Amino acid sequence: MIRAEHLVKTYGDIRAVDDISFEVARGEIFAFLGPNGAGKTTTIKMLTTLLRPASGKVLIDGLDPVTHQNEVRRRFGIVFQDPSLDDELTAWENMDLHGALYGVPRRLRHERTEMLLRLFGLWERRKDPVKQFSGGMRRRLEIARGLLHTPKIIFLDEPTLGLDPQTRNQLWTHVKKLNEEEQVTVFLTTHYMEEADRVAQRIAVIDHGKIVAQGTPAELKQQTGSETLEQAFLALTGSAIREEGADSAEGLRNMARMWRRSR
Amino acid sequence: MTTIYILWLRQLKRYVRSRPRIIASLGQPLMYLLALGFGFGPVFQKAGQGSYIQFLAPGMIGMTILFTSIFSGIELIFDRQFGFLKEMLVAPVPRLLIMVGRTVGGATTAVIQGIVVAVICLLAGFRPSIALIPVALVFMVLMAILFTALGTALASVLSDMQGFQMIINFLVMPMFFLSGALFPLNNVPGPMAIDPLSYGVDGLRSVLIGTSHFGVGIDLLVLTVLSALCMMVGARLFSRIQL
Repeated sequence: MIRAEHLVKTYGDIRAVDDISFEVARGEIFAFLGPNGAGKTTTIKMLTTLLRPASGKVLIDGLDPVTHQNEVRRRFGIVFQDPSLDDELTAWENMDLHGALYGVPRRLRHERTEMLLRLFGLWERRKDPVKQFSGGMRRRLEIARGLLHTPKIIFLDEPTLGLDPQTRNQLWTHVKKLNEEEQVTVFLTTHYMEEADRVAQRIAVIDHGKIVAQGTPAELKQQTGSETLEQAFLALTGSAIREEGADSAEGLRNMARMWRRSR
Repeated sequence: MTTIYILWLRQLKRYVRSRPRIIASLGQPLMYLLALGFGFGPVFQKAGQGSYIQFLAPGMIGMTILFTSIFSGIELIFDRQFGFLKEMLVAPVPRLLIMVGRTVGGATTAVIQGIVVAVICLLAGFRPSIALIPVALVFMVLMAILFTALGTALASVLSDMQGFQMIINFLVMPMFFLSGALFPLNNVPGPMAIDPLSYGVDGLRSVLIGTSHFGVGIDLLVLTVLSALCMMVGARLFSRIQL
């Protein structure tokens, strides 16, 4: 379903993604793990038509995201790592806009929006603009929105960051259900190892832009002689803390937050 | 069609909900109308140019459309910074349609702002010829599309807010002052002729108060060609955005 061959992305001298290859089968839940700045999000951007690879090839359901952008876009849904909601619109409007962009017929759009907003506890707040939402609520809305249309592949880029255990549980239950009932392929990244261990059928560990290990959770533990996935992860990637450059977007968001507070 | 409509609707909702912005953007034309209108009026009349408010009103409408449109286009930078751009860019619809929807939405809000300012001008004593108001609306729409598309094109190549001030200072302000919106620039036709806003303001003057520098046909032609060009360039740059 997803195939990456010798994928490379460079920013100046930095090789953010350095010759990685992997394959995700149809109906599989695949976790892509790595420390901060390892190249996870860059890889997802290349898989989802947001970024062109410097070299190498990607195939999504047999189609190249560079040449068949719209066909590829129709096949996946994505929950981004950083915010991607329209703050001025309400929760309902964000959902509705998404559904319209993805060509979900109106009635189905409304049904599914109600179901998902209820599922993630946002139904009562559907008429409130997103700018009044807390971080956790925004996150939940992003997830609900990513699940609104029924794609063949779902990309979840650190979807559970900042979520309480209840919502995390709700999310994974729903994702597993989609995976089992509709054979949706799931490509996820997370920093919670026990989550990956529980949900993912196969895992790839990426560090410094290269894939350092691939296999089932059991295989990875066996390979490193560890008892938990967390230990296996640390054995594979070392325990040094990574530096990560903050992008300008983050800078502006901070500025905007300060400005809002000072008023 | 749904894509264009839903993004048009989004721009409109954002506009209606940002009341502070609406009020703030009316401040500038009001200030010019009051300060210049009443201050310059007598001088203008003594110089044999007739009523200044008649001359100034089309300029104010043009100015409002210029600023509102460029800002709507440049708002794309905010979408990029706050993340919503990603949501639009992974949607399975041609980016051309997304750009068109956004632009038409932004242009609509600019035309509304222009109409509001026109009403304020009427209250301040502006007396246009009523018969040609539909043609004036055509000019307003063309200007709005031109400048929104221009703003979108610029925002597509800028990755953060650093360039914003530069655009205001080196593009929008000169365009405004060289357009003849505030004073006749008949003696300096050079810069006036390369400023797209000149043709908009001149077009409005020719249909609303019956004086024209270039002639209404030329105004219409130049604005139509430039809007089409800006739409094409804007759409091309927008569809090439990478994140």
